[in-house]
Amino acid sequence: MDEIDVTPANVAPVIEGVDEQPETAREVVFEIRDGAVRYGSNLAVADVNFDVGAREITAIIGPSGCGKSTFLRCLNRMNDFIPGAKVEGRITYHGENLYDPKVDAAEVRRRVGMVFQKPNPFPKSIFDNVAYGPRINRFKGDLHDLVEQALTRAALWDEVKDKLKKSAYALSGGQQQRLCIARTLAVQPDVVLMDEPCSALDPIATSRIEDLMVELKRDFTIVIVTHNMQQAARVSDMTAFFTTDVGEDASRVGRLVEFDRTHTIFTSPSDQRTEGYITGRFG
Amino acid sequence: MSMTMTPPAPAPTPARPSIRRSSAGPWRSAKSAIASTLIVGSLVVAIVPLVLIVGYVIVRGIDSISWAFLTDDIPILSRSEGPGMGPAVVGTLLITGAATVMAVPLGVLGGIYLNEYSARTALGRVVRFLAEVMTGVPSIVMGLFIYSIWVLRFGVSGFAGALALGCLMLPVVIRTTEEMLKLVAPELRESAYALGGRKAGTILRVVLPAAAPGIVSGALLAVARAAGETAPLLFTILTVNATNTNLFHGPNTTLSVQIFRNAQQVFPGPQQRAWGAALTLIAIVFIFTLLSRGLSAVFSRKHRV
Repeated sequence: MDEIDVTPANVAPVIEGVDEQPETAREVVFEIRDGAVRYGSNLAVADVNFDVGAREITAIIGPSGCGKSTFLRCLNRMNDFIPGAKVEGRITYHGENLYDPKVDAAEVRRRVGMVFQKPNPFPKSIFDNVAYGPRINRFKGDLHDLVEQALTRAALWDEVKDKLKKSAYALSGGQQQRLCIARTLAVQPDVVLMDEPCSALDPIATSRIEDLMVELKRDFTIVIVTHNMQQAARVSDMTAFFTTDVGEDASRVGRLVEFDRTHTIFTSPSDQRTEGYITGRFG
Repeated sequence: MSMTMTPPAPAPTPARPSIRRSSAGPWRSAKSAIASTLIVGSLVVAIVPLVLIVGYVIVRGIDSISWAFLTDDIPILSRSEGPGMGPAVVGTLLITGAATVMAVPLGVLGGIYLNEYSARTALGRVVRFLAEVMTGVPSIVMGLFIYSIWVLRFGVSGFAGALALGCLMLPVVIRTTEEMLKLVAPELRESAYALGGRKAGTILRVVLPAAAPGIVSGALLAVARAAGETAPLLFTILTVNATNTNLFHGPNTTLSVQIFRNAQQVFPGPQQRAWGAALTLIAIVFIFTLLSRGLSAVFSRKHRV
């Protein structure tokens, strides 16, 4: 994946099957059919249909305001907290309807963790930040081991092992974001959703987080929303391209335009709008 | 401005406006000077009375202060000279303490309810409105209220006074708590929820600690305020000359009430005691305020860089 050149002028002939797994081996984590989000009576996102495969990185790209983040938040029921927000269509998680009234949303969020755009550690020590999730989920076992494991996986352990009792606010922005990733990993989730996790970080911190994502892919399913097309091209296996449809009454609805292998999206997109966006003609 | 920004194409470059201050016009500097003067003036006007009051109370009251003054009984013959404000010191601490124990937990819970559980419900709006109205109730009316619902049935006691003070503190604590909770970054709640947190646990473990400095500060200011209240105590605790440590039985007294009673006398003895009581009260309130600042600082320093 790393070698892909995203400039369309240099689009190489697509070599089928280079990084493909046989379709039958794909384990589906999320199945989204006619996914839509309404805020009150306003339709914000509509017509979303795609599957998120296990241990894959799925990138969601698209121009600002096309509902990428709104949609991402459907996958762990974070939209529950927005008054008036309503999710329509059918979203299943390992075959179970995510929006069944019997589903425990807190349990969903424990399994489907989320890393936000801005690093947002708790006003607690580094250790307590990572230990927070296990503690509230009544983790029984060696908390120190778990915290070390999570910090190691987030590639932060060596930088913070001598100052675990220090405030999390003493860390740099990139470190704080890795701390937030460690905090998410500590509850041992199945999926990690990332909402523009690098947009507040410099290129060095960004590349560390990207390396981390590729590393985490072995054990976790990752869905990432990003503004940065190069980032999507660098790290993701599958890419969903969203755009904004402006209706006659000036209503703006985000829609899924195309979903395919990242390689295909960036080399031979089947929709003109996708091509326009990745070549920088709009958005 | 717009003419210098879009010069006609072939014309010679127009003179660039100077960046020196004078070019902004003399009226702007004049406005600045006037505003600065007004602000500094207001500061002086606000501080002068404060300094005068505190200074005068210290000058007049410092001679009274002694260990005996803080612990001895109040002379039975009010015109006699010499120390004794012990019962009032004890009463102030007891009654204000009891009011705090009742009002602060209730008020914090009320603020949590308003902000976290009923921000948009009709009941929430009603409670918030009533708390606002309650803030504006004159303290003597609050005293009358307690007099009619409590004192007429159970007689005067320090507890009746504490009830009145507690009713005065309650809306302040509710409103401060609500405002402080509102300031907690939504991202903090979100990240707690994203880790599988539930509402009550998130409020207890994340939201309240983040808002704690402000809540502590607000609560202790309400305490300091209550310690100085006189009117609601006049007919709920009456007065007494010997220390009454029983909060629930018999009349009691506080520094504020003693200031009121002694300052009315024409004799120099009680007047001197009133000055001493005033200084003691200011000192107690000052200590409360320092405590509130210190506590908030400890809370916030713990987790800042």
